[in-house]
Amino acid sequence: MKFFQWDEWTANSSQWERFSCTIKQTLHHDLVLENRQTPQRVHTPTGKIGIFVSSQSSSSSSTPQPTKTAVMPFGNSHNQLKMKNTSEQEYPDLSKHNNHMAKVLTPALYENLRSKQTPSGFTLDDVIQTGVDNPGHPFIMTVGCVAGDEETYEVFKELLDPVIQDRHGGYKPTDKHKTDLNPANLKGGDDLDANYVLSSRVRTGRSIRGFCLPPHCSRGERRAVETLSVEALGALTGDLKGKYYALKNMTEAEQQQLIDDHFLFDKPVSPLLLASGMARDWPDARGIWHNDNKTFLVWVNEEDHLRVISMQKGGNMKEVFTRFCTGLTKIEELFKNKGHAFMWNEHLGYVLTCPSNLGTGLRAGVHVKLPNLSKYRQFEEILKRLRLQKRGTGGVDTAAVGGTFDISNADRLGFSEVELVQMVVDGVKLLIEMEKRLEKGQAIEDLMPAQK
Amino acid sequence: MGHVPPLPLMVPEYSTHLSHAESCALEAFPREGTTNEPMDATLLIQKKTPMCFLGIVRLNEIGSDPKDCYLFSRTDRRKSAIMTKNCNNDYKLKFSLEEEYPDLSQHNNHMAKVLTKDIYNKLRSKQTPSGFTLDDCIQTGVDNPGHPFIMTVGCVAGDEESYEVFKELFDPVISDRHGGYKPTDKHHTDLNWENLKGGDDLDPNYVQSSRVRTGRSIKGFTLPTTNSRGERRAVEKLSIEALNSLDGEFKGKYYPLKDMTDKEQEQLIADHFLFDKPVSPLLLAAGMARDWPDARGIWHNDNKTFLVWVNEEDHLRVISMQKGGNMKEVFKRFCVGLQKIEDVFKKHNHGFMWNEHLGFILTCPSNLGTGLRGGVHVKLPKLSTHAKFEEILTRLRLQKRGTGGVDTASVGGVFDISNADRLGSSEVQQVQLVVDGVKLMIEMEKKLEKGESIDDMIPAQK
Repeated sequence: MKFFQWDEWTANSSQWERFSCTIKQTLHHDLVLENRQTPQRVHTPTGKIGIFVSSQSSSSSSTPQPTKTAVMPFGNSHNQLKMKNTSEQEYPDLSKHNNHMAKVLTPALYENLRSKQTPSGFTLDDVIQTGVDNPGHPFIMTVGCVAGDEETYEVFKELLDPVIQDRHGGYKPTDKHKTDLNPANLKGGDDLDANYVLSSRVRTGRSIRGFCLPPHCSRGERRAVETLSVEALGALTGDLKGKYYALKNMTEAEQQQLIDDHFLFDKPVSPLLLASGMARDWPDARGIWHNDNKTFLVWVNEEDHLRVISMQKGGNMKEVFTRFCTGLTKIEELFKNKGHAFMWNEHLGYVLTCPSNLGTGLRAGVHVKLPNLSKYRQFEEILKRLRLQKRGTGGVDTAAVGGTFDISNADRLGFSEVELVQMVVDGVKLLIEMEKRLEKGQAIEDLMPAQK
Repeated sequence: MGHVPPLPLMVPEYSTHLSHAESCALEAFPREGTTNEPMDATLLIQKKTPMCFLGIVRLNEIGSDPKDCYLFSRTDRRKSAIMTKNCNNDYKLKFSLEEEYPDLSQHNNHMAKVLTKDIYNKLRSKQTPSGFTLDDCIQTGVDNPGHPFIMTVGCVAGDEESYEVFKELFDPVISDRHGGYKPTDKHHTDLNWENLKGGDDLDPNYVQSSRVRTGRSIKGFTLPTTNSRGERRAVEKLSIEALNSLDGEFKGKYYPLKDMTDKEQEQLIADHFLFDKPVSPLLLAAGMARDWPDARGIWHNDNKTFLVWVNEEDHLRVISMQKGGNMKEVFKRFCVGLQKIEDVFKKHNHGFMWNEHLGFILTCPSNLGTGLRGGVHVKLPKLSTHAKFEEILTRLRLQKRGTGGVDTASVGGVFDISNADRLGSSEVQQVQLVVDGVKLMIEMEKKLEKGESIDDMIPAQK
C-alpha cells in the first residue's frame, strides 16, 4: 500500500481531483481537524492508499501552515439557505408519484443527504427535481433522478444504489460490470432474415470525464465538450469520415436533409428532460455529426455529452456492431490523446446522465415485422425470457404500426456489450422462426425459450 | 473546533452590502470561513442586510493568526458562519468570459439588448446571499429568444437582493421597460382608494367587467424562481393564516391545488379562477413550475369578487373583480383587502417586499412599482377599427389585449383595455388613467355609432 503525506497528496491536483468530496471531507476532518495520528486508508480506482499528516503540521503550534489547496469547506449558499428549514419542511410530497426515486427516497434518507453536494455543487434536490416534477409516465416506470457529474453517483450513493438495484435487476453496490467492445466475440448476427428485419441499429452514450453532465453543465463546459468532440470526430477516416452540423448554424437545406434521414434531434419537449435542466441555452453547442455513408452518427450535447449510433437497413447486425465498436474505440482514443477519457468505473461501467443508461448505455435493436407473433398470447412472456423489450418504431413513447416492432435488449448494466447484442441477435432469430411457424399455422410451444 | 484552512483570495460577492471602508478592511484580511460550529470570536465589523447579519470576526482560539479574519453571517439567533461561496458558480469561473458568455445573436428581449460582455464579466462572479447568480437571472432570456407579440423582459429576480446585486443589468432593463425610469428615481405608492375621482359610472352597455390585479412578495423568502419547497410551504402557510383572518365581504376559503376535489376544480374553472401549471416556456425556463402543485392554491371570498393566487408567478397575486363598470368599487375592495392582508403579514415580521426606488418588488422586472394592471372588458367594435385607435391608446397610456389574456386576440370587438405603466406612477394614478381613458373611448365609440367624427376628441399625450 502506498502512503502519501497530506500536503503532498492534496498538492497533486490530478490525484486530488479524482476523489469524491465525501472522501475529501472525511479525510480533512479526520486528519487535519481532528489531528489523527494514524494514516487513513482510502480505496481508489487504482488501489488502496494511505494518507497521513506529518507530525510537524499536525501540532497545534503558533502559526498554522496554510494548506496548499482549498478544496473544502466549499460552499453552496443556496443549499445552506435551505438547511435553515427542517428536513420535514423541505421533504417533497411524493404521495402521487410512481417512479424509482419516489419508491426509494425516505425522509430519513433525505435528511442524510440534503446537506451534501458534489464538488461542482450538485445537490440532492438537483438530483431528484425531475422526479418530483414528473410523478409518472403512462407507459414506462421512469427513473426520476439524474446525475449532474461523475461524483453524483458517489456522493448520493444511498439514494442511487437502491435506484440502480431496482432498475437493473438487483445489481448490487458490490457488483462489477464487464465492458466488452470486441465485435469478434459476437457469434453470428450477419444473417437475420431481411424479409422480416427492416433495419438494425446500435446506440450508446458517452460522458467526457472532467465536465459536468447536461443537467448541470454551464455554457462554457458544453462548448468545450463540443469543441473536443468536433476535433475528435474530424480525425476519423475511411468509411467513418464525416461532417459536423451545429444546430445553431444549420442551413434550411441541411436541416431538411437531416430530417429526411431521420438524423435530426430537436429541442427536448419531454417534461422529464426539461425538468432536469437539459434544454438550457438551446441550441448552443448542440450538433449532429455523421459519416458520408450515413451509417455512423453522433449527437453532441443532447441528453448526454455524446450519443453514438451505428445503423443500416437490413439484418446484418454484425456489421452494424463492428462499425459501432470500431468507431467508438477510435473516438475514445482520440479523446484520450487530448487528455479526456470517457467516464467509466469498474462498478458502474460507463457513467451517463440517467441511471437507466449505466453500464453499457447500449440499446441494440431491429425493426422487425412480427404481425402474427405479436398477437400471440405469450408474446410478452417470450420477450421477457429473451431479455428483450418492444417499442413502436417511433421510439420509446410510441405504439407499433402494422405489426412492425422495435425489438431491443432490455438490460444495460451487469452484461457486456457483446452479451447484450448476442441476446438481440439470438432472440430475434428465434422470434422470426416463430413468426414463420405461425404463418404456416403451426404451433410454437416447443420453441418457447427458457429464462435467460 | 479545528483551524479552518484559509481559502484563496475572494472578496465576498455581496460586498455591495458593505461600505467602502468595510470592503477595504475585508480586502486586507481576505479569509472566508465556513463552519456549522458556533465560533468563539471577536466581532470587528457588523452590518445588517435584508437577508442576514454580516460581520467580520477574528477567531479567539489560541494560536490563530491575528490576521485571519473571517466573514460570517448570522441569519438567526445562533452565531453560525454561512457559506459565502457558491461552488457551482466558482466552478464556472474557471472558464473564461468568452467561453461562458451566452450567444444572444438571435435574441430580441430586454436582457439581450442590455447584456454586454463587459457587464457579464463584471457580474458573473457575484451572487445574492441566497446564492442566486447572474446566469440564474438571465436563463429564461437565453432559453427564449423572443415572443411573437410582445417584447419580453428576459430576466428575473430570485430574491429581493437580486435587484441590488445585479443593478448593472437590471437598471438599464428597468429603464428600457419602464419608459426611461432612472436609477435615482423614486416611486410613489398610493393605495388610498378615496383619491380616485369618479370611476363608478362607466357605461355598462359597453363595459362588461372591471378588474384590478397586482402581485406581492413576502419579505424574508426567496422568489418563485429559486425558492425551495420549505420556503414555498411557509409562504402558503402564512398566506392562509392572513386570508382566513379576513371577514365581512372578504370572508372566504382556500383551495390548495393538490387537494382539490373534481367538483371544486370544475367550479373554479367555470368561475375562471383556476390557474394551471404554467406552460409558457418563459416561466418554465425560469424555474417557476418546480415541485408543482406543492404549496400552490387559490383563495377567494364567498362573493367571488376578491381572489388570491398563492405561489404562482409571484408569492401572491391579488385580484379584485366584478361584472359591469363600477371600477371605483373594484378598486376600493382591492385597496382595503390588500391593506388587511399586509397587516397580518407584518404582524409576523414578514411584510411585503418594497423600497422607495422600485416600489413593490416582484419576480419579473416588468411588474415592479405598482405591479398593477387595472382594466375593463369593453365593447369597441367601431373605435377599434378606426385609423387612430393605436395612437389614442398610446396617448392615454393604455394597452389593449384580447379577452383571453396577454397572448390572445380580441373577439367580437370586445377588448381588454388596461394601464400600460407599472413603475413611476402610483396605483391611484394608473387606475385614474384607465377610468378617464375608457370613459373617453366610450364617448368616441358612441360618436362613431352615430356616424360622427371624433377628430376633435383625440387626446394629448398623457
